[in-house]
Amino acid sequence: MVDNATWYSLKLSLQVAGIATLLVLLSGIWVAYALARKDFWGKELLDIVLTLPLVMPPTVTGYYLVIIFGRNGVVGKMIYHWTGWTIMFTWQAAVLASFVVAFPLLLKTARAAMEAVDLNLIQASYTLGHSEWETAIRVVFPLARKGILAGAVLTFARAMGEFGATLMLAGNIPGKTDTMPLAIYTLAAGGEWSQANFMVLFFTGISGLFLYLANRFSQRML
Amino acid sequence: MGLSVEVTKQVNGFRLEVDWHVGNELAVLFGPSGSGKTLTLQLIAGLMQPDSGCIRANGRLLFDGREGVNLPPQRRHLGYVFQDLALFPHMTVRQNIAYGAAGLRRNEKDQRIGAMVEIFHLEGLEHKRPAEISGGQKQRVAIARALIRQPAALLLDEPFSALDAPLRREMRSFLKKIHAEFAIPVILVTHDLMEAATLADVLIMYHEGNIVQLGTPAEVMDHPATPEVAALVQPRELIDPAMPSLTPQAVVPPRVLPLRRRG
Repeated sequence: MVDNATWYSLKLSLQVAGIATLLVLLSGIWVAYALARKDFWGKELLDIVLTLPLVMPPTVTGYYLVIIFGRNGVVGKMIYHWTGWTIMFTWQAAVLASFVVAFPLLLKTARAAMEAVDLNLIQASYTLGHSEWETAIRVVFPLARKGILAGAVLTFARAMGEFGATLMLAGNIPGKTDTMPLAIYTLAAGGEWSQANFMVLFFTGISGLFLYLANRFSQRML
Repeated sequence: MGLSVEVTKQVNGFRLEVDWHVGNELAVLFGPSGSGKTLTLQLIAGLMQPDSGCIRANGRLLFDGREGVNLPPQRRHLGYVFQDLALFPHMTVRQNIAYGAAGLRRNEKDQRIGAMVEIFHLEGLEHKRPAEISGGQKQRVAIARALIRQPAALLLDEPFSALDAPLRREMRSFLKKIHAEFAIPVILVTHDLMEAATLADVLIMYHEGNIVQLGTPAEVMDHPATPEVAALVQPRELIDPAMPSLTPQAVVPPRVLPLRRRG
């Protein structure tokens, strides 16, 4: 009933969203920490730039990514020059698109959760001889963990559903870069409703589940 | 030996300018709210930076405005007990105390935690979270955590203000015992005259960012140096309750007795 191409798309989507979420988590908690706890020039500007992909059309985000990472892009040109490789039209490009588009979801929730950590607890940690780094890892992150988890769940859900920026950066190559949202588009355009139905139902179910999880994590924050 | 504090600090129109020294005594910073007592503790602990002055603990320089010395709180080696105690809610009692023993070898750490649990009567609570223990037990955990590294001095910011009267009495005598045992300067901030009078070896009277008198409780009460001091050390019931500076900050909540259910 479910054909190989559909399985491939499902597997690719999980892989892309999983890797993108991991990368968002690893980098996002530090950026969120800096925005929540540090004062530096351009802080709010940084927040705005990183949050823009949340409100801009994904095609606009994709456009910027092509300009930056495309074969003739600012960064892409250098990568191509040194390695002969370009990220364009690879599954890694889908990861990059998902990363950029889903990043603000973690950033927002993690920043809010870290800002809510009682300053006295942080200062207590300092007076007990622990550095800022240790305090972040042993006090701030654990106490903000529910916000971070809720953000990670939303990030994963958003990364799974990424379409516009992925299309511009990774293309829609069957068996290579066609994640589920792209495959659904192709199937519907070609009138293959039964396979599309399966994916649409799967997506609806998994999105509902993620929202439920995100709500549960953020409720337990209170 | 002891703790020397000579600092100035300007914060939003309020000016703190104090100069005092205590030996291995229990000193009480006493005065109305907003007189700079907690600010003084924060400056000593390195949580805020003085504008000028000099702070020494056991002869070690912690801050010197002229020399540009300003040790971060991590390197001041002082115990600080916050007004809300600041116990880490995600750690057990044992983990909270162990957190204070940063940089010790495992054996020594375990040994000291064991000793702290015994001295502070925390047996059987080691694996409970702060939310699962009583107010008095939390106080003892917070003080144990602050003392496990054997700091140069112990700073307490109204640690008993949330307790009811019998428990406050108990904690006072406990603190006396702890002070005798650890033999370091203990600086206690309080609004409570009873607490100040029964605990203090030295009373340091604060008023609007300055020290108006320093002496034993008997000296200060028998010979108040200024009318402000006189007003502060009079037994509370004789004082006009309308005087805002003398309103006790910690109002003891009425005890609610659980109603016994029938059937």
